[in-house]
Amino acid sequence: MSRDDRVTITVDGVPVGGRAGQSIAGVLIGAGEQAWRTTSFASAARGVFCGIGVCFDCVVEVNGLADVRACLRRARDGDVVVRQHIAPPEVIP
Amino acid sequence: MSDVVVIGAGIIGAACARALAVSGARVTLLDRGSPATATSAHGEGNILVSDKGPGPELDLARYAASLWPGLSEELADELGPAFPALEYERKGGLVAATTLTGAEPLLAFARTQRAAGLDARPVGADAALVLEPDLSPDVTAAVHYPEDAQVQPVAAAEALLASARRRGVDVRGGTEVVGAVTSGGRIRGVRTTTGTVEADTVVVAAGPWSGAVGQRLGAPLSVLPRRGMVLVTTRMPHRIRHKVYDGDYFGATQSADAALQTSAVVESTAAGTVLIGSSREQVGFDVRLRVDVLAAIARRALRLFPTLTDASIMRSYLGFRPYVPDHLPVIGADDRLAGLWFATGHEGAGIGLAPATGEIVAALVGGRVPALDAHPFRPGRPGLLGASGEDHREP
Amino acid sequence: MTPHSIGRPGRRHVVVVGAGPAGLSAARAAAEAGARVTVLDASHATGGQYWRHAAGPHEQLTDEELRLQHGWDTYCVLDAAVRSHPAVELVTRAQVWAAERHDDGPRLHVLVGEPDDAGRVPLTFSPDAVVLATGAHDRTLPFPGWELPGVTTAGAAQALAKADGVAVGSRVLVAGAGPFLLPVAATLAAVGATVLGVHEASRAGALARGWLDRPWRLAGTSGKLLELAGYAAGHVRHRIPYRVGEAVVAAHGHGRVEAVTISRLDPTWAPIAGTERVVEVDAVCVSHGFTPRLELAVALGTAITTERFVDVDVRQRTSSPHVWAAGETTGIAGVDAALAEGWLAGHDAAGGAPDERRARTAVRRRAATHEVARRMAAAHGIPVQGAGSGPGWLRWLTDDTVVCRCEEVTAGRLRDTAAVTCSTDPVSVKLTSRAGLGICQGRMCSAAVTAILGAPGALESRPVAAPVRLGDLARAAGPSA
Repeated sequence: MSRDDRVTITVDGVPVGGRAGQSIAGVLIGAGEQAWRTTSFASAARGVFCGIGVCFDCVVEVNGLADVRACLRRARDGDVVVRQHIAPPEVIP
Repeated sequence: MSDVVVIGAGIIGAACARALAVSGARVTLLDRGSPATATSAHGEGNILVSDKGPGPELDLARYAASLWPGLSEELADELGPAFPALEYERKGGLVAATTLTGAEPLLAFARTQRAAGLDARPVGADAALVLEPDLSPDVTAAVHYPEDAQVQPVAAAEALLASARRRGVDVRGGTEVVGAVTSGGRIRGVRTTTGTVEADTVVVAAGPWSGAVGQRLGAPLSVLPRRGMVLVTTRMPHRIRHKVYDGDYFGATQSADAALQTSAVVESTAAGTVLIGSSREQVGFDVRLRVDVLAAIARRALRLFPTLTDASIMRSYLGFRPYVPDHLPVIGADDRLAGLWFATGHEGAGIGLAPATGEIVAALVGGRVPALDAHPFRPGRPGLLGASGEDHREP
Repeated sequence: MTPHSIGRPGRRHVVVVGAGPAGLSAARAAAEAGARVTVLDASHATGGQYWRHAAGPHEQLTDEELRLQHGWDTYCVLDAAVRSHPAVELVTRAQVWAAERHDDGPRLHVLVGEPDDAGRVPLTFSPDAVVLATGAHDRTLPFPGWELPGVTTAGAAQALAKADGVAVGSRVLVAGAGPFLLPVAATLAAVGATVLGVHEASRAGALARGWLDRPWRLAGTSGKLLELAGYAAGHVRHRIPYRVGEAVVAAHGHGRVEAVTISRLDPTWAPIAGTERVVEVDAVCVSHGFTPRLELAVALGTAITTERFVDVDVRQRTSSPHVWAAGETTGIAGVDAALAEGWLAGHDAAGGAPDERRARTAVRRRAATHEVARRMAAAHGIPVQGAGSGPGWLRWLTDDTVVCRCEEVTAGRLRDTAAVTCSTDPVSVKLTSRAGLGICQGRMCSAAVTAILGAPGALESRPVAAPVRLGDLARAAGPSA
């Protein structure tokens, strides 16, 4: 891997380019994104908070797998990233 | 009615204290730690009828199940919207066999339950998949139990405590019982780390520590801790709608084997996480995590729900069930010391059985005939009295 | 012995968890003392958060990237020593997700692969000694709007700049407490952000008492002071205003942060009414200190100090047999302390003689750096008491302020739950309010929850130290041979 290599991932189907070695969060922020998850209860936007894998605010679905920390996972060419929103169960009557 | 001390502010103690207060007793509820934080906080909130064979425990479970809908509404009305939801849900249970040899015993067990009047509906593989779309297609038999339910156990215990307080119950945490005050052959109160509390009636509801508490009061009882571990997933899309467990669960609950036994018990919570149990082993009060136990639970769960393979496990917890050798709760007066009562030994069913236990204790203490014959649960039945052989190390 | 046995039998096997300054130092010392060493780090690269970087260890950093690093030469030497030592096995992308206490010693369960992936490779270690060098993460006190995108910890800004080469925003404000705000501001400026200011919550009096008190006792820590002087020079160069006794007490915006409210603080960190002003930003980086990563230490039964760090003795031994700890998991004292502690821990864990000359040097160096730590706590520590009930920073919170970010539990909900259940017990309130029950397992909020409830007790027991997929758990190795 060279430092100048580029990677392209898709986010909700839209191609986003980054530099090889960047985390998925790094690629997204580099592309001008600040938020990519919506919370379960308030449907509020969230992005990176702690940046080192502790807060789990930045989780995304990667290649079909939910709850992947975007700040820890390095982007690989072709990664299919989906913004995560997991609704809680319906309110119990 | 006289003064009562209840020892142990878990859900059983809370239910007993509340029921006693309703019937007019002046109740002091003691806990050596914080209320509702030991066994009651480390289970799954089962209100099950499905895992009980015909006999006294099924009768008790059905009585308890009949109390929960009214009780949960009553508590919600009384405590108001600021109180955490009890999350009572009569979601129904689905018991599935995953092996050919396991199918017939499961169906035979359900036949005995049906004969006893329980709603136990055998369902074919297709119907099981309608109830639970993610269930393994390899399931060999399944039984649907519409009466099974679930509750958030700590919210339920705290609600019973809050309701008990409103009825005058004095709930004291951080108060450990160290001995009995006796005179004239009967108990007159308890000595505690914060002073003596006088009472003509003392109810031991200390879960797996009830044997040790009984010992301190001069009336040892064979209650042993039976450790269980549970896995918790992150919040997931809501797919699992019933309390689903494998047919081996009943065998595990009824076994007296001290060695590790695991069975899959899988259910969603109101918050969207999935609880995955369960294990049973007798290792004293050992709180050390064991990965091999978690791995065995995981393998069991995947046989029921192969789609859970990618589920993210964020948490595990372990707790100690109050186990007695004949698997029947211990509810009633202790003949060795007048005024001493026990309400314990519910093993993994204490959350569900709590309201019934409270009602029975209140009736018996008050000299009334309980709604259910409590004779089978008496402490004096064979095999219970006397010191246990178990090392009662504290965690 | 583990499936990864190397070296000669009978040799002590030391597993070092974490390859930051403390861990690398421990690994080198243990190997030099004759042990067989396994170093595990969850990241792709060694270096930890302090030397976080994008490139592999043998690649040259660009001049631009080198400007963001401090003590890079030390890292290169340490890393090379660890990698080239024949008795050291280095495993990166290795997440220790559970630590078991057995009668015959600790057992570590590890998954190797991409973070949070399914199908990672399981490894199990039953070493003679474990050195925990798991580090710390930023602690940020909650304030209204802190959950908005664009509000990050200072550590996040640092990590994203060093490893990803990106700035968290273009108009950025840095706030919180501690000398680590300064390098973060410098880093942000270096990757192209306009840093509007650094706002230190501690007031001049506390800073003077902490840092200027008996300066001769800092004699052994010239490196630290030079480092801070470097940042000060950088600030002048970048013209970044540095204000003390001020905090970000609210963030505002729709879907992302658009502005923050800055307020002056009293000594308890309560906002002073009438001093608020609003600043437009597109990012704000806030940290008020550090929280050690204690999961493995707690699982291994080590004693924890009242300040919630791993308790260690003069040889970095914990209260648990077979377990040593070093670096920020034992206290926040900077990189020099971590290096000295790591050396002591690795050397002792390997069975090295305690009275060696190098050991004495390391003890002396550690003592000096701990003086820095003491001063830092005095100057920048989060107040634990205020005039009324609880510390003044609680007055930043409104009833609507999210405290538990995962489960979106507000301060009002938390207080109401405690009131109606008559319980401030952390176990009960967690289960009735859901604060701390979410995916981060209370790592972000539990200290704040405890402060809001005014209750002692901390919830640091996390037997599953990092999330694991159920399928991987099912394949977890049983007892190692």
